[in-house]
Amino acid sequence: MTRLLVLVVLALGLPTSAAGQPGLGVKSKSGKSLYSAYCLSCHGVDGSGVTSSSEPRGVLDVRGLGPPLNDVGALGADFYLTTGYMPLENPHEQPRHTKSTFDKQEIAALVKYVASLGHGPAIPTPHPERGDVAAGLAQFTEHCAGCHQVVAEGGYVTNAVAPPLHNATPVQIAEAVRVGPFLMPRFPKSQISDGQLDSIIAYLQLAKHPDDRGGWSLGRIGPVPEGLVTWLIAAAALVGCCLVIGKRFQQ
Amino acid sequence: MSVLRRWAIALFVLLLGRKQRAPRLADRERIVPEGAPDQPAEWLLLALLLAAAGASVGFIVVYSFNHLGHQTQYLGLALGLAFAFVAAAFLVVAKRLIVSEELEHEYPLPSHPSAREEIEQLVDESGDRFTRKRLLLAGAGTAAGAIGAALVVPVLSLGPFLDTDPFYDTPWRRGVRLVDEAGRPFLLDEVEPETFYTAYAEGAGKEQIGSPIVVVRFDPAELDLPAARSDWTPGGVVAYSKICTHAGCAIAIFRKPTFPAVEPGPALICPCHYSTFDPTRAAKVTFGPAGRPLPQLPLAVDGKGQLRAAGNFSGPVGPSWWGVRTRKPRNPS
Repeated sequence: MTRLLVLVVLALGLPTSAAGQPGLGVKSKSGKSLYSAYCLSCHGVDGSGVTSSSEPRGVLDVRGLGPPLNDVGALGADFYLTTGYMPLENPHEQPRHTKSTFDKQEIAALVKYVASLGHGPAIPTPHPERGDVAAGLAQFTEHCAGCHQVVAEGGYVTNAVAPPLHNATPVQIAEAVRVGPFLMPRFPKSQISDGQLDSIIAYLQLAKHPDDRGGWSLGRIGPVPEGLVTWLIAAAALVGCCLVIGKRFQQ
Repeated sequence: MSVLRRWAIALFVLLLGRKQRAPRLADRERIVPEGAPDQPAEWLLLALLLAAAGASVGFIVVYSFNHLGHQTQYLGLALGLAFAFVAAAFLVVAKRLIVSEELEHEYPLPSHPSAREEIEQLVDESGDRFTRKRLLLAGAGTAAGAIGAALVVPVLSLGPFLDTDPFYDTPWRRGVRLVDEAGRPFLLDEVEPETFYTAYAEGAGKEQIGSPIVVVRFDPAELDLPAARSDWTPGGVVAYSKICTHAGCAIAIFRKPTFPAVEPGPALICPCHYSTFDPTRAAKVTFGPAGRPLPQLPLAVDGKGQLRAAGNFSGPVGPSWWGVRTRKPRNPS
C-alpha cells in the first residue's frame, strides 16, 4: 500500500507535460527524478524490482517487469546506461547497443542514484596498456570467442544475439565481464582476474583493427566467405585454363 | 574360409589358363608394322604394377594403425605413390610396348563387319610385342585389386562397430578430483552461480574425449533432475560432459538469464550446430540436432570441500553413432 502511495506521489511530482515518456526529456536533472521517469516502471521503487506482472503498474500505466537494482552498483548502472541498453522499450526484447537516451550529466546523476540504492561495485578502471595481447587472445578464446567470435565480430546463441564488440569501450568491456548482461554469463574475479581482463581488453583494442594479411578481410567471419571467394577464383582460373588448352589444340 | 580359398584358386587358374583366342586373320596383310619384343620394358612394367600394389597394401597397413603420428600424411603418400606407379606403368605401355602406327584415313564406323575386323586386327597387332601377356595381366590384376582394396578399406571408419569399448572408457570413477586447466582442484564454495567452468579428470589427458566436463552452479530449488540423480549435485553444482552428443564439438556457450521472468532460461549450447541443452533438467535437448542429453557426472564433496566424481557418466560420452544408445558405459566404481 505504501508503494502505491509513493507511486502516486511520484507521478504527481513529475512535470505534467512530458511525464515519464522516454525520449521526451525530463527537465529535472536529478538522478532520482530521472529514475522515476525512466526506470521505476520496471525496476520498482528504490530499485526493488518488479518481479510479476500482477504487481502494481508503474507510472502512467506502463506495465513493466524488471530485476531489482539494489546491488548492481555504479558498475551495472554505468554499463547499461552508457551502452544504451537501458531504458528498454519492451522488457521482452534483447537490449542492443544504441546511442544513449541520456547525456553524460544525466547518466552520471542516474549512476550515482542507482549506486546509492545498495552496496554494489564501483565503476572499474581497466588498464589495457598493462595487458599482454597474446595472453588476452588466449583468455578471449577460452571464455568469450564461443559467442563473440575470435575477432569479436559477434555471433548468435539460441534465442539471442551475441553483439560485436568493436563499439565497446574498455570500461564497458570490463563492466560487461563482471555484470553478464542479458544471457551472457557473469565472470567473477576467481575466473578472470583483473590482470587477465586488462589483457583481454588489450587484445580487443587490437581486434578492432586487425592486420588483414590477405588484404581483404571478408568480414572476418571465417571459412564460409573465404571458401566462397577461393572457389569463385579457382573456378574462373580453371575455366581460363580450359580455354587456353582448347585454343592451342585447335591450332 | 576354405570355400573362399577354393574360389580364389579357381579364379586364378581360370585367369591364367584361359584359352587364347585363335589367331584369326593371320593370312591378312598387316596394317601395323611388326615390332620387336621389348623384354626390359615388360619387366619394368611388371615392377611398376607390383610397386603400385605394394603402395596400396602400405595404405591399408598405415590405415590399420590407430595411433600413428602424421597418419594422414602417410596415407596420402601411400595412395599418391600407388597412383604414380600406375601412371608410370601406363607411360611404359604407351611409349615402349604398344606398336603405334599413324593412320591417314579416319577410323571407319564400327558397325561395318569388315571395319570391325580391321579394328580387331589393329588391336591384335598392336599387342604383338607383349611376350608375357598372362604374367603382365596378372600383375595388372594385382595392382587393380590392391588399389581397389585400399580405396574400400576406409569404409571401416564410418563407425566403430568392431571395437567400441574405448569410446566408453572415461577417466571418471568414484573419488577422481575435478581440476581446472592449470590442474588446481575445485572447491565447492568457490564455484559461483551465473557462470560456467570447464573441469578435467585429475591425472587424465585434456584431449581425452571422456575427460572435460562443464560445471555450473544453480540454486538447488531450480534443478529438476530425475529422482535417481538427486544426490549427484552437492550445493546445486551440476556437471555434464563437455562433448556435444551430436558431432562431438565442445560445449562452449552457457546462456544465463539476468532476469528469468522475461528472458530465455539457462542453457548449455554447442557453437557448431546450436544444439541446446537445459542444465537444470538433466541436459535435456531443447533445440538443435543433438539426439540425446549430455551425459551427467555424479558429484560429491570430500572432507576438504573439494569436488570429486561419485562415479562414471550417466551415458556414453561423445558424438552419437549407430547403437550408441543401447549400451551403458562401464562403471568401475
